[in-house]
Amino acid sequence: MHPAPSVIVFTSFSGLGFGLLFWLGIGLPAVTGWTAFAFFTIAYLFAVGGLVSSTFHLGHPERALKAFTQWRTSWLSREGWAAVASLIVMAAYGAGLVFVQSRWPVLGYVGAALCLLTVFTTSMIYAQMKTIPRWNSVLTPLNYLSISLGGGALLAGQITWAIWLLLAAGVLQIAAWLRGDRALTDSGTDLASATRLGTIGKVRAFEPPHTGTNYLLKEFVHVVGRKHALKLRVIAITLMSALPVLLLLLPFTHIAAAAAVVSHLAGVLTARWLFFAEAEHVVGLYYGAHAGKAA
Amino acid sequence: MTALPERTDRKLGLVIDLDTCVGCHACVISCKGWNTENYGAPLSDQDPYGGAPSGTFLNRVHSYEVQPPEGAAQLVHFPKSCLHCEDAPCVTVCPTGASYKRVEDGIVLVNESDCIGCGLCAWACPYGARELDAAEGVMKKCTLCVDRIYNENLPEVDRTPACVRTCPAGARHFGDLSDPASDVSRLVSERGGVDLMPEQGTKPVNKYLPPRPRDRLARDAAEPTTGEIDVLAPFLEPVAETPQGFIGWLDRALEKL
Repeated sequence: MHPAPSVIVFTSFSGLGFGLLFWLGIGLPAVTGWTAFAFFTIAYLFAVGGLVSSTFHLGHPERALKAFTQWRTSWLSREGWAAVASLIVMAAYGAGLVFVQSRWPVLGYVGAALCLLTVFTTSMIYAQMKTIPRWNSVLTPLNYLSISLGGGALLAGQITWAIWLLLAAGVLQIAAWLRGDRALTDSGTDLASATRLGTIGKVRAFEPPHTGTNYLLKEFVHVVGRKHALKLRVIAITLMSALPVLLLLLPFTHIAAAAAVVSHLAGVLTARWLFFAEAEHVVGLYYGAHAGKAA
Repeated sequence: MTALPERTDRKLGLVIDLDTCVGCHACVISCKGWNTENYGAPLSDQDPYGGAPSGTFLNRVHSYEVQPPEGAAQLVHFPKSCLHCEDAPCVTVCPTGASYKRVEDGIVLVNESDCIGCGLCAWACPYGARELDAAEGVMKKCTLCVDRIYNENLPEVDRTPACVRTCPAGARHFGDLSDPASDVSRLVSERGGVDLMPEQGTKPVNKYLPPRPRDRLARDAAEPTTGEIDVLAPFLEPVAETPQGFIGWLDRALEKL
């Protein structure tokens, strides 16, 4: 898949933003007044900034409101509702903390649940894709939720939670990679099933339908950069999980904490780039792509 | 709503004969010709006369080489357009309701004025049947020429999809695949028509007729005992093994030199 910057930025930042809002919602840390204002500002900048960035890849962003209509079938529509609902509930909850110095716990818990639901709906947009076997797994929502919760805990200053959740996120990330490497082969979709010519003999893509490129090749058959996948995986897991955990285990300083946040964010962006760049869409088979993977 | 209908009254679709397709791409051109100036936004091209041309097409023809365990390899031309699936994954993922499957005939369409161009339907389609138009920013796909098949302004013979109407080899057939007595349904049952990527669970309406083995004629000629007679072979026998007449004289004269 084409790793569109708008979608990488959207999933990474809004995941972190909603993760932080989750922790604020359950009262960890139990902040009020200006401190709460600072926390909520960061969370909203990340969450809303990510959501706004996701509209950049739309062909007609001015019609984006129509995306709220099909929540009964579409995960993208459900994500829109979940995001708006959690932002509204958390805004009311945050206003209580900031302006009247009082914590309304029920509102906080509802908002926290909605934040998790938002991240889950985001992950389901990808996990539902049967056409992309690497994503079509329960590991995709687990990957998104663990990174969101771990990164949120890091931003919220919940050091013990952050250490354990970042370790869990790292393990789940490695599991998703290992499963993903076999996913296309295990799916049973290959050039023989795509053309149904396998009963005659071995099928090879002989000539593509067009001499140039097209939307399908640009969007779905991204190959640039896959050759560095292993190096990038090591970089991603180091920056996303290992380094922040090490920094958190050291005696607390604000510089180490800030470095942990920056490192984690860089790691998540790398992991998200790989999430898209490494994903093999089955339409590529028609163009003779993924030949090394298909049995 | 982008929920799929429980059932459709008819299942209009195509049956594509891989045995007959000669790979001329006429269906690609007639499809683009009709659809760029009819239903919805035009099918734009980018840099059409430059160094890196690309464009939106609703129908494309791939070519595959199939190598049987024994004998010569076979070249199969493979036209591919929207299969108007019964369980169309492209429809249910649409957040705006722009994509829908019609109850009356099962055609999958895009209401372009509702399309936000998110591209998710193209992600969900395993066949590459949907292309986002780079100029219009909306999703384009095969409409089964919905503006031809019911169009009473056209002569009746033209009320088929443009690709079917134009195919010089008769490799494309249009009809109702829910009616077991229809020509297309009979073709599918007689020739063993198949679904593409059945494991994806999309239940395509369009069917593909697999190519028949190509080397039978050569084998029959070599082995007349199989009973099948190549009726043209006797007429193609050489008339004379040794040259006669003027050519014969020339041949003998040149030998003597």
